[in-house]
Amino acid sequence: MPATPSGLAVRARALRKEFGSFAAVDGIDFDIARGEAFGFLGPNGAGKTSTMRMIACMSPRTGGELEVRGMDPATDGRAIRAGIGLVPQEDALDTELSVLDNMLVYGRYFGIPRRAVRARAEQLLEFAQLSERSDAKVDALSGGMRRRLVIARALISSPDLVILDEPTTGLDPQARHLVWERLYRLKQEGVTLVLTTHYMDEAEQLCDRLVVMDRGRIAAEGPPRQLIEQQVSREVLELRLEDADEGRALEALKGLADRIEELPDRLCCYGEDGDELLAAVIDAGVHPNGVLVRRATLEDVFLRLTGRSLAD
Amino acid sequence: MSATAPRLAPLWRITPVTTSLALASRVVARNLRVYRRGWMYLLSGFVEPFLYLLSVGVGLGHLVGGLQVGGRAVTYAQFVAPGLLAAQAMNGAIFDTTYNLFYKLKYAHTYEAVLATPVGTNEVALGEIGWALARGTTYGAAFLGVMAGLGLVLSPWGVLCLPVVALVSFAFAATGMAVTSFMRSWQDVDSVALALLPLFLFSGTFYPLGVYPSAVAWLVRVTPLYQGVDVLRAFSTGTPSWSVCWHLAYLLALAGLALAITSRRLRRLLAP
Ligand SMILES: Nc1ncnc2c1ncn2[C@@H]1O[C@H](COP(=O)(O)OP(=O)(O)OP(=O)(O)O)[C@@H](O)[C@H]1O
Ligand SMILES: [Mg+2]
Repeated sequence: MPATPSGLAVRARALRKEFGSFAAVDGIDFDIARGEAFGFLGPNGAGKTSTMRMIACMSPRTGGELEVRGMDPATDGRAIRAGIGLVPQEDALDTELSVLDNMLVYGRYFGIPRRAVRARAEQLLEFAQLSERSDAKVDALSGGMRRRLVIARALISSPDLVILDEPTTGLDPQARHLVWERLYRLKQEGVTLVLTTHYMDEAEQLCDRLVVMDRGRIAAEGPPRQLIEQQVSREVLELRLEDADEGRALEALKGLADRIEELPDRLCCYGEDGDELLAAVIDAGVHPNGVLVRRATLEDVFLRLTGRSLAD
Repeated sequence: MSATAPRLAPLWRITPVTTSLALASRVVARNLRVYRRGWMYLLSGFVEPFLYLLSVGVGLGHLVGGLQVGGRAVTYAQFVAPGLLAAQAMNGAIFDTTYNLFYKLKYAHTYEAVLATPVGTNEVALGEIGWALARGTTYGAAFLGVMAGLGLVLSPWGVLCLPVVALVSFAFAATGMAVTSFMRSWQDVDSVALALLPLFLFSGTFYPLGVYPSAVAWLVRVTPLYQGVDVLRAFSTGTPSWSVCWHLAYLLALAGLALAITSRRLRRLLAP
């Protein structure tokens, strides 16, 4: 680690996490600036949660360098955690306590004085639209309410770095949008957000920059739009064809499309201009059963980088 | 720093004792909040030893007659009460760090989010042990009060019973936690009760070690509850000797060893 802190919220070099002989995180480098919203994408088992836990100083790194909030987790874990809010992948709420008590007890772990913690808890329950459920037991909440409570709990200490491990998994669209709006507000206040997600639209919406992880390594890094431009073309033509037509279509697209992916149920053709690709196919006398021209998305990047087969 | 595994700073440097204790006290406060609504459950812990004291101490005492402790003649009730007091300190402390702790570790995952705060695994250990200690000591203090009221405390030395009760609670709470950190299933946890019952029955609680063959008596002398029984009996009957120091050192050493094991195990379990 450099003698002087980097001024970054998080800085990692050759960061590793091994469990026994298995490397869950296999040497990754990244910088997260203060106030930035930074995403980690990747298939199941890619090492996202392992990385989050190292940043949150909840799991010691096996190797490499890591600096969080200007300090080293190996020696200053407690001081670092004092300024971090964590939304764990599993809610990890205290089921023996009520909603409000969850907030109060958690705030006390940060050393917030009794009176202040109550005011802050009530304000955050308001923010999470849970005020009416203050006295409910955690088990009585719906999944979405629980998730909102976990986010509120993460904010009790007014952290400057919030780590969210799949914040919206399992939420309905309304709840998801509510969470996004809340996170956006935090970002406006200058809070650094580090999040993992399996929703590509969420990553595009929220993240200034992101990395795609696969098997413990970083496969690509950059702002969402830039990643799309670099990794796949601007547009995609999806064709559903009779088997007999497939050969002719491929012939027509050769040289025109940047890349063609043959899937069991359809062809995905990547290019600058989807309509132009379609015209070429029609000109060749092919009559597709189904056609979709769309902009390339982060999902295309993700699938390209991490493959279509299940990770584990 | 090189790109190799970072070395951990020594414990005393990362964790000033005052900070650590303050944070541990918040873990205790969390448990208090949970039991604020479950006070009936807490109360039930007081009752059992009184029933023993009445049935065994007073009832059986009529048949048994008197005994000698440290050269002093005492009634059977005066003999058995400090034994029950030691058992009370043990039982009051150990269930929180065995059954309840196992549930928190394996099912409720109570500490997962806690460890994202300034509270670390050592504070979790200290807090849970502190809570169990407080509970064992409270039960013990109540029992000691009743003993005094019934004329079963024979000397001003009896005042020292209270800190000894705290030490017995501490040693058993810590040991319970260390053992629980190795447990995998509820069967393992149930074996705790299996281990406690013989301790309760055979640690010189109900009769002097003199009734045993000498090999068995020596075996009992190295078990943990016996230390508490012997010290408490010496103080409550006003017959302390230097052997008390040995018993106290034993309990302190047991607590220290258990704390050290717990600290390592919790880090492995909760911060892999
Ligand atoms: N405590 C542990 N002991 C052993 N292996 C572990 C442990 N925690 C994680 N792993 C392994 O490390 C790998 C990465 O896990 P991690 O939870 O970081 O993945 P992830 O990217 O968060 O996946 P998901 O999207 O499913 O949450 C997995 O293969 C997992 O089995
Ligand atoms: Mg994960």
